[in-house]
Amino acid sequence: MRFGVVVFPGSNCEQDVVHAIEHLGLAAEYLWHGDTDLGGVDAVVLPGGFSYGDYIRCGAVARFSPIMAEITRFAERGGPVMGICNGFQILTEAHLLPGALLRNTGLKFICHAQPLRVEESVCEWLDLPAGTVLDVPVNHNEGNYYCDAETLARLNDGGQVVLRYCEPDGTLADGGSAPNGALDDIAGICNERGNVFGLMPHPERVVDPVTGGTDGGAFFTTIARRLAEVAG
Amino acid sequence: MARYEVFVTYKQGIFDPPGATAERALRNLGYEGVESVKIGKYIRIETAGGIETVREMCEKLLANPVIEDYRIEEVGEA
Repeated sequence: MRFGVVVFPGSNCEQDVVHAIEHLGLAAEYLWHGDTDLGGVDAVVLPGGFSYGDYIRCGAVARFSPIMAEITRFAERGGPVMGICNGFQILTEAHLLPGALLRNTGLKFICHAQPLRVEESVCEWLDLPAGTVLDVPVNHNEGNYYCDAETLARLNDGGQVVLRYCEPDGTLADGGSAPNGALDDIAGICNERGNVFGLMPHPERVVDPVTGGTDGGAFFTTIARRLAEVAG
Repeated sequence: MARYEVFVTYKQGIFDPPGATAERALRNLGYEGVESVKIGKYIRIETAGGIETVREMCEKLLANPVIEDYRIEEVGEA
């Protein structure tokens, strides 16, 4: 089982993602944004960073990179795709996930450890029990998730909300626990089928204990285990 | 070759943090009559492609229809 980690011009978390995956004893390779095939990888990760300098809107240019057409086909066939931070922004711009990521309401770039609550969801990338609280860093300026009311109802009803920003004890504060103004405290969502997953926090930064935690491991091992089961 | 001006703004109801900050700053400067400030993007395009093509550019790349509206004005020859 191999992960492919896509490198766009301006990506800056791809080495962290590859390091995290290899630290877990799994295999990863880089995919170049200009490539038109995925080299036979079994799962794709779009890493964080500032693809194309965030010009026009975060992810707006990257979604037209040659490799994105192939990633769209891969996702439509049920292939697992995870977008982290800028990768999440790219997935919304590519319409592989609904909604958009707006500027943080406080107008500040935020960078800190953040408690997240795992929700009951159909996401193939995470199967921790609902209510589990994880400590995963956030590091972004445009992480304020927004969608219209109809889409929000669909996300909530369809088990597509995967993670919510929360308080350290797992509760949601009155008036919201999101550090960026995100609608309904949404930190991560998946598509209806559960194979495409986007989140603002950075699980790759809490895999190797040397960087301060191990709560991010499940974001890579869950899908690896699932794919191994399918392969028999 | 025509010149087009494109204005991209957040849709009604979408919170615009830079606009809200500018609004507060103007009030702080004593402009008490300020009701609302919205900040958007201005894009100037020179093309022989025609306004329909500019519209397509907006739908595809320059604006995100999930969160933004856009308005195109033809402002003469380039």
